[in-house]
Amino acid sequence: MIDSIYIAWKYVGFNKVRTATLVACITLISFLPVSLQLLLEESERQLLSRAVVTPLVIGAKGSSLDLVMNTLYFGDEVPELIDMGASDRIWDTGLAVPIPVYVRFQARGQPIVGTSLDYFDFRGLKIREGRMIALLGECVVGKKVAGRLDLKPGDSLVSSPETLFDLAGVYPLKMKVVGVLEKSHTSDDLAVFVDLKTAWVIQGLGHGHEDVTKTKDTTVILKRTDNNVAASAKLFHYAEITEENLGSFHFHGDLSVYPITAVIAVPHDTKSGTILRGRYLSKEEALQIVKPEEVIDGLLQNIFRIKNVLDAVISVVALATILALILVFALSLRLRQREIQTIFKIGCSRMTIARLLTAEIALILLMGGALCIALVFLVDQFSNDLVRALFIR
Amino acid sequence: MIRIHHLGFHYREGEFRLTMPEFTVAGSEKVAVIGPSGSGKTTLLNLIAGIITPTEGDVTVADVQVSNLNDRERRDFRITNIGFVFQDFELLDYLNVLDNILHPYRITGALQLDREVRTRAVSLAQEMGIGDKLKRAANDLSHGEKQRAAICRALLPRPKLILADEATGNLDPANKTRILDLLFRSVEDHDATLLAVTHDHELLDRFDRVVDFQDFHGGEAG
Repeated sequence: MIDSIYIAWKYVGFNKVRTATLVACITLISFLPVSLQLLLEESERQLLSRAVVTPLVIGAKGSSLDLVMNTLYFGDEVPELIDMGASDRIWDTGLAVPIPVYVRFQARGQPIVGTSLDYFDFRGLKIREGRMIALLGECVVGKKVAGRLDLKPGDSLVSSPETLFDLAGVYPLKMKVVGVLEKSHTSDDLAVFVDLKTAWVIQGLGHGHEDVTKTKDTTVILKRTDNNVAASAKLFHYAEITEENLGSFHFHGDLSVYPITAVIAVPHDTKSGTILRGRYLSKEEALQIVKPEEVIDGLLQNIFRIKNVLDAVISVVALATILALILVFALSLRLRQREIQTIFKIGCSRMTIARLLTAEIALILLMGGALCIALVFLVDQFSNDLVRALFIR
Repeated sequence: MIRIHHLGFHYREGEFRLTMPEFTVAGSEKVAVIGPSGSGKTTLLNLIAGIITPTEGDVTVADVQVSNLNDRERRDFRITNIGFVFQDFELLDYLNVLDNILHPYRITGALQLDREVRTRAVSLAQEMGIGDKLKRAANDLSHGEKQRAAICRALLPRPKLILADEATGNLDPANKTRILDLLFRSVEDHDATLLAVTHDHELLDRFDRVVDFQDFHGGEAG
């Protein structure tokens, strides 16, 4: 048997292009359905597990899927903004604990999540290194963000401008990394968490600048009265919040009208949740309340419907490929009749010839199988990111 | 070495008929078989080797009645007692020269491939002048070198009988003589018997005996 494998190995090694083509065919027809199944199972696990533990999400009326994807998985599609008053309104009902979420900005490709400290308790997130955010301008990062961007407590992270061409838009804010979260195997691993006020500073709604009453540069002052000083755009704005300039940061106007993307509502019990849902049923209501589990369930049903179609397509392609492979082997056998006759003349039995050919087919199947396993292993390793790339971003 | 008695053979389809009342080849004899294409020269070699079985009569090689053996016995007998040299060398292009020479040992349980056989294969190749080409692919060899490798393959199991089917048919004149010299010398060194089908009448005087198939039906040409 070892001799048969040796000869078969030499044959498949000599016919490299043919072997590579056959191995590629076998790998593809086995890898595609397996990896698809793996990705769908992972997507189901990732999407559903997070949705199930998030009771209710309140946001602007519109796509409930966008709202859930942005609030739970920090997807790129930002829903229409609502104001912070929506969170206060839930608090006032006494039916649920509101957790405001503002997911709009990014830092080096990672979503910045502006939220309250309740979020960390709600998600059960623990600090692995450093400490929790305490001051304006501080952030804690998910485990994967820390790994990808090589961040540790004490480092800085600069928020990304929304667009390079909007000179009047959001200026980057240099944030201080004060902590790294424990790995949670959820979207939280991929996020940069800041306090809501820091998110508003990133947006430019809160800012810090040099004291106009003390500046010596007269060109900065547009108008000075007894109780007011108007400054020009030349006034220096801080792009980093430090202990020295922290006191100069301030917000204009009522914070309850400041924007957020959604509110996660954690009802005290089922009854409270039902009552709360009822309060958002009115047609005049500008907000919607959704149960993420229902939204994700609908999404998964659509995904699995598409998967069924894909399965059928893959089955047909696989059948065609298998038939093509059989044809290739049959033609190859025909082309090798002379070789087979020669070794038969030398004294080889038909059984040995069959064993040689079987060994060749087995080797090709093994190589295809091994390559498929390696690829599936790779997909498994990166399934988290792949699911995010395929279904969330 | 070879004794054929009242041999008759025909394929299931077609007109071809081979009849051979008596034919003998003595041990260590070198016999050439000549005759026009389609007269049955290759069929005779196949009958002697037990690749096909006669419809009448019997074939005895080295005191073994080949025609009476079953399939497996014929195969084992063939691989241990008969060496084949083909016109087109029939080396496997996906094996190197050494693996081609050792090939009979890898395709049957009747021969055991061990270190002694490997050593013998190397020294046989050296004798044939291809000792430095053992790791080369069979396709990289010249026609002459390929036939030398094929002769090594045929001789390695120390067969009692060498059947050569147009062994020099694809070689240029210089190589023909050289290969035939090597074949004859190897056959003599190994005390084997040679039965060679050839179309090359220039080489006939080097054989001990020549059998003309054209006159065969009942007689032998000398």
